[in-house]
Amino acid sequence: MNATAARGAGHGQLEWLGAHSVHLLEEIGRFFYILHYTLYWSVRRPFNPGEWMRQMVRVGVDSLPVVGLTAMFTGMVMALQTYRGFERFHAESFVASVVSLSLTRELAPVLAALMIAGRIGSSLAAELGTMRVTEQIDALYAMATEPIQYLIVPRVGATTLMLPPLVACAGGVGILGGYLVSVGLMGANPIVYWEKTFQFLDLNDVFSGLIKAAVFGLILSVTGCTKGFFTSGGAEGVGRATTAAVVMSSMVILLSDFFLTKILF
Amino acid sequence: MAAKSNPDSSASAATSATRIAVIDVWKSFADKAVLHGVSIDVTAGESLVIVGGSGAGKSVLLKHLIGLIQPDRGHIVVDGEDLARAGHSEALAIRRKFGMSFQEGALFDSMNVFENIAFPLRRHTRLPEDGIAARVRQCLDLVHLKDVENKATSELSGGMRRRVGFARAIALEPEILLFDEPNTGLDPVTSAVIDRVILEMKESLPVTMVTITHDMKSAFRIADRIAMLRDGRIIAVGDPVAFRATPDPYVQNFLAGEPHEEES
Repeated sequence: MNATAARGAGHGQLEWLGAHSVHLLEEIGRFFYILHYTLYWSVRRPFNPGEWMRQMVRVGVDSLPVVGLTAMFTGMVMALQTYRGFERFHAESFVASVVSLSLTRELAPVLAALMIAGRIGSSLAAELGTMRVTEQIDALYAMATEPIQYLIVPRVGATTLMLPPLVACAGGVGILGGYLVSVGLMGANPIVYWEKTFQFLDLNDVFSGLIKAAVFGLILSVTGCTKGFFTSGGAEGVGRATTAAVVMSSMVILLSDFFLTKILF
Repeated sequence: MAAKSNPDSSASAATSATRIAVIDVWKSFADKAVLHGVSIDVTAGESLVIVGGSGAGKSVLLKHLIGLIQPDRGHIVVDGEDLARAGHSEALAIRRKFGMSFQEGALFDSMNVFENIAFPLRRHTRLPEDGIAARVRQCLDLVHLKDVENKATSELSGGMRRRVGFARAIALEPEILLFDEPNTGLDPVTSAVIDRVILEMKESLPVTMVTITHDMKSAFRIADRIAMLRDGRIIAVGDPVAFRATPDPYVQNFLAGEPHEEES
C-alpha cells in the first residue's frame, strides 16, 4: 500500500515536471516564433513609417520622465552610498569614477530596461491581448493584412531603436544626479569630480551599455508582443498576459544581462 | 456525413460553380475534438447558412474557410486552390477574395468608424483620399448608416457595430462574404434589420455568402441552403423547405426550440 502511494507521488512529481517543461518549451518556442516573423516581415513591404513614428514617440519621448527620474535618483543614491563608504579609507575622489562607470556599464541600461518593461512591455501585452480576444487580430488577417507585420514589427522596431538613446539620457542624468549630491551635499570639489567622472570612462563602456540597451529593448518588446499575441481567455487572459509579460521580460533582462556582460567585457 | 445524407451536395463538388470545398476537415484543440470530418461545398452566388447549437464547432468551421485556423486533417479548397498548399502570395490573393464580419464587429478601437472602413482600402488600393471617402460613404449607405463616420467605435450600439463591420467587410468588393453570428445578442427588431441588410447586400452585390448562426428565424430569412452542424459533424443540409422537412429528430427539436432528449 505504502509502495503504491509512494509510486503515485513519484508519478505526480514527474507529471508536474513534465507539464512545466512542456510549458516552458512552448513559451520559448512562441518567443522565437514571434522574433523570427518580426525579422522576416520587417524587411518586406508595405512599410508603415507613420506607425513606426507613433510607436517611437510612445516608447522614447513618453518614457523620458520615468527613465530620467529613475536615473537621477539612482545616481544620487550611488553618490551618497559610495561617498560614505569611500570616506572611510579616504578615497572620496573616486566616487565620480564609480558613479559614471557603474551607470554607463550597468545601471542605466538595466534600470531603464526594467522601467520600460513595466511601462511598455505591459502595455504591448495588454493592447495586443485585447485585440486578440476581441478578434481584431483575426480581422486584420481576414483583411489580408499580416498582423505580425502591421502590429508587431513597428512596436518591436521602435522599442529596440529607442532604448539606446533613452539609456544614453539615463546615463547622463544619473551622472548629473551623482554630481549634484557629491558637490552640493558632500562638498566635493566640482572640477576634480568632473575630471574623475571621465578619467576611467572608455568609449567601449558607453557602447557596451548601448548595445545592452538595444538587446533589452528587443527582448522586452518581443516578450510583451508574444504574450499579447497568444492571449486567450477574455479579460482575465489579458490580465494574465500583462503580468506575465512584465515578470518574464524583467527576468530575461536580468539573466541576459549577466551573459551580455560576460561577452561584452 | 453530409455527403451521405445529401447526395446533391457531393455531386456539386465536381461542378465548376463550387467556390469553397470543405473536404473531410478534422480539428481538435488540446484534448477536445471540435470538427469530426466535415465536408460541404459552397456554390457560387448562394447564401449558405450553417446552424447549430453552442459548441457545435460553427465558428471554428467558419474560421477554417479563410485560413484563420488550419485543419488537423482534410482540405479547404477555394476556387480550386488548397489553402494549406498555397504559398504566401497565393494565400494573400485568396484572402483578398473574402470579406468577413465578426461576432462583435471586431472593429479597431484605436480608429473611428471612417478609418475602420478605410483601413482595407488604404492597405490594398491606391485610391486617392476623396475616392476612399466616397467608397466609405457608399459602404455605409449599403448598411443604412448615416453620419457615423467620425464616431468612435465605443459610441456605437451592438447593431451599429455589426453594420460597420459589414461595411468594412464589403469595402474591397469581396467575392465571398462570411458572417460570424450576425444576430447574436441583438433584439428581434435589430436582428431583422441586420437580416434585411444581409439580403440587400446579397441582391446588390455579386457575392457568395456563408453565415453561421443559431437563430433559425434569421437562417430561414437569408438562406438559399441550410446545413446543420452537431458535435462537429454535418447532420443535415438542404434548401430551407427540404431542411424543414428533415426527419432527423435533433433537427426537428432544434427547429422547434426544444431540448433534445439526449441532452435534457
